[in-house]
Amino acid sequence: MSRTLAQPASSTVGRPVPAGRRTSAAHRRRTLTVFALLSPALLGLAIFFVYPLIASVYYSFTRYDLVSPPDWIGLRNYEYLFTQDPKVWIATLNTLWFVVFLVPIKIFFALGIAGLLVRAKRASGVWRTVFYLPALVPPVASVVAFVFLFNPATGPVNQILGVFGIQGPLWFNDPAWSKPSLVLLGIWVMGDIMIIFLAALLDVPREQYEAASLDGANGLQQLRYVTFPSITPVLMFAVITGVIAALQYFTEAAVASGVANGKAVVGEGTGANLGYPGNSLLTYTQWLYVRGFNTYQLGYASALAVLLFVVASIFLIALLRRFKAFTPEGTA
Amino acid sequence: MKLHSIPGRIAVIAALSGAAALTLAGCSTASTGSEFEASAPSTLSGTVSFWHFFSDREAEVIQSVVDDFEAANPGVTVEVHEGQDDEKLRKAIATGDKVDLGLSYSTDVVGNFCSTGAFRDLGAVIKRDSVDLSQFSDTVRSYTEFNGVRCSMPVLADVYGLYYNKDLLAAGGFTAPPKTLSELQDMAMKLTTFNADGSIKTLGFNPMMGWYENSAAHLGPLGAAEWLNADGTSAISGSPGWTELMEWQKGFIDELGYDKVNAFTAGLGQEFSADNAFQVGSVAMNLDGEYRTAFIADQAPQLNYGTAPMPVIDSDASLYGGGYVTGNIAGISKGSQHPELAWALLKYLTTDTDAIVKLSNGLKNAPTTTDALASPALEVSPQFKTFLDIMQNPNSATTPPSPLGAGYQQTFEDFWHSYQSGAVSDLPAGLADVDKQINDQLNLVSGP
Repeated sequence: MSRTLAQPASSTVGRPVPAGRRTSAAHRRRTLTVFALLSPALLGLAIFFVYPLIASVYYSFTRYDLVSPPDWIGLRNYEYLFTQDPKVWIATLNTLWFVVFLVPIKIFFALGIAGLLVRAKRASGVWRTVFYLPALVPPVASVVAFVFLFNPATGPVNQILGVFGIQGPLWFNDPAWSKPSLVLLGIWVMGDIMIIFLAALLDVPREQYEAASLDGANGLQQLRYVTFPSITPVLMFAVITGVIAALQYFTEAAVASGVANGKAVVGEGTGANLGYPGNSLLTYTQWLYVRGFNTYQLGYASALAVLLFVVASIFLIALLRRFKAFTPEGTA
Repeated sequence: MKLHSIPGRIAVIAALSGAAALTLAGCSTASTGSEFEASAPSTLSGTVSFWHFFSDREAEVIQSVVDDFEAANPGVTVEVHEGQDDEKLRKAIATGDKVDLGLSYSTDVVGNFCSTGAFRDLGAVIKRDSVDLSQFSDTVRSYTEFNGVRCSMPVLADVYGLYYNKDLLAAGGFTAPPKTLSELQDMAMKLTTFNADGSIKTLGFNPMMGWYENSAAHLGPLGAAEWLNADGTSAISGSPGWTELMEWQKGFIDELGYDKVNAFTAGLGQEFSADNAFQVGSVAMNLDGEYRTAFIADQAPQLNYGTAPMPVIDSDASLYGGGYVTGNIAGISKGSQHPELAWALLKYLTTDTDAIVKLSNGLKNAPTTTDALASPALEVSPQFKTFLDIMQNPNSATTPPSPLGAGYQQTFEDFWHSYQSGAVSDLPAGLADVDKQINDQLNLVSGP
């Protein structure tokens, strides 16, 4: 019966079909089905990732202004990037600052708050809502609000500090304080990561804590040997998405610069405000934007984009290898 | 054919990449639109797309003039796209024939739009239709063309001068605005008040570079400072006007105290809001454009203020009367399929006296033609009149078009910001480095 069903309804009827060919046909059908189901995603990937990637790489070797035909100039853009561009390294260091400080601090606070919320006995839902709510505020609105709150002359933060005899800093108007000010904002809006940590922490089997406790493990040891191993994939997710977001950091810094500089305008000459104060908030992607759309150097901006892609890839590969968290157990 | 080996896969990837690159090379330029006709068409009909950046009230002013154009040309429909900034305009031009006529807020795009052909050369139709360019001032003509290619026409101008609070100056014992930068500094120091803790309460004049309209571009004409050489390279370090302007500004900042001015500036309201520092009396004198008269009329009608040309460097008082002039510009897109309609609309917006006066009265920007400037229909308050005079002064200047757009100005201003903060010890060496940075950029954009 099964043999009859396996036979194709063609001229092969009555003749035995080799087992290898049957397997091959079924395999091909399965493969085609898989590709058919995957095709929308693959098409999207090709159009919105592969094509722009290849285009960026190609343009990075050209002089291109979006209107004239690209003019092949070999490695000239990269030569300028590494040897002549005076601001690319300022922008790079600022971006790395956010990677090194903003990401871990945000994760630390998100994990800490999630840890406290797990232990909350009463009104836990209210507290979860309170800490998650800032993440729902649109980034531009939250930055504008923060700049006004931290306004050195009229903002309530410095006025409260003044009550205690503390001379508050200039916050977003001081190159030394502008980035830490944005870190404070980052902590305030950490609800999205916090809620993921909370779910992960609630998922850690209670028996493991009980067993560790019976073995005499203290709180820190339970954290080290029970909590962290259980939430490592989530931690990894937070680190990777955090690093990617920090490498692409743009909106918050751009809005803070414009508002703090007293020039909160949209469109007209926005690029001139980027980096205020003193280029301390000029990020890599902002510089890429300026070169691409303010000075019309799309070829050079593509070189900046390619370098960012390479650096981000290296960063992420290193992180993945370090944690080996996304590989199935036993194959890592 | 099986290509499971690594070299095989690399070959496939290389081939695909090469094919994609060739495709990109062929597809990445804006299509070329229709040509102008040899003689002016006797009748006009069709639809022309007009992209501009104005919004809200200002867009209504533009629309009213467009309506007039349509009424005068019954066969023509203008499809208006408002709120489109330069970035969107450029992208739209690059994608083909979406834009017929584009209006930009910045003369900084002219060098690039002319040199790349994003805006097409208007020379032939200007000659064909005998458009008299002498109706525009030299300054206005200079910022609407690049390297002999006229690819844009001026749509009103922005002119910068000094605003002063008459009540505050009178309280300080002053009856007239300053004419030189040292006078400005002296008056400003006397008009500055301090809190009990020593912090600044109000300023006579805020010299902080980057604040509101304090920019190198707007200060340059006060010292006859030069931006670019004839070949497009940077002339900054070789222009003594910049050195004098910078040393004056730094000295002023130092006299007040950089940290104090920074702290005071941080507490001031947004420039384009009712909390504008000049409008609320936090600063007694301020550098600003003619459009501020409209903001004051709307947001602070009780303010007793006057306007004057900005004070100039002490070493050349003859420069007094001039100032920085810039403006909106409009051009016909490379891919325009209706260039004759676009040209008719452009000509109407930029040379028709009634249209220009209507725009000027509505937008409170300076008109750019001699006839419009002399028109009795032009609404001119005493404060606004100052800017019309500055515009026609031979000492007025603009920022020259460059393929870098505003890139050369930003490079210089970055340095100026460092200088005013005290981070620069050797000004001549710093200015020479600014030249090098600008020239490096220029070489990247238009070099061999």
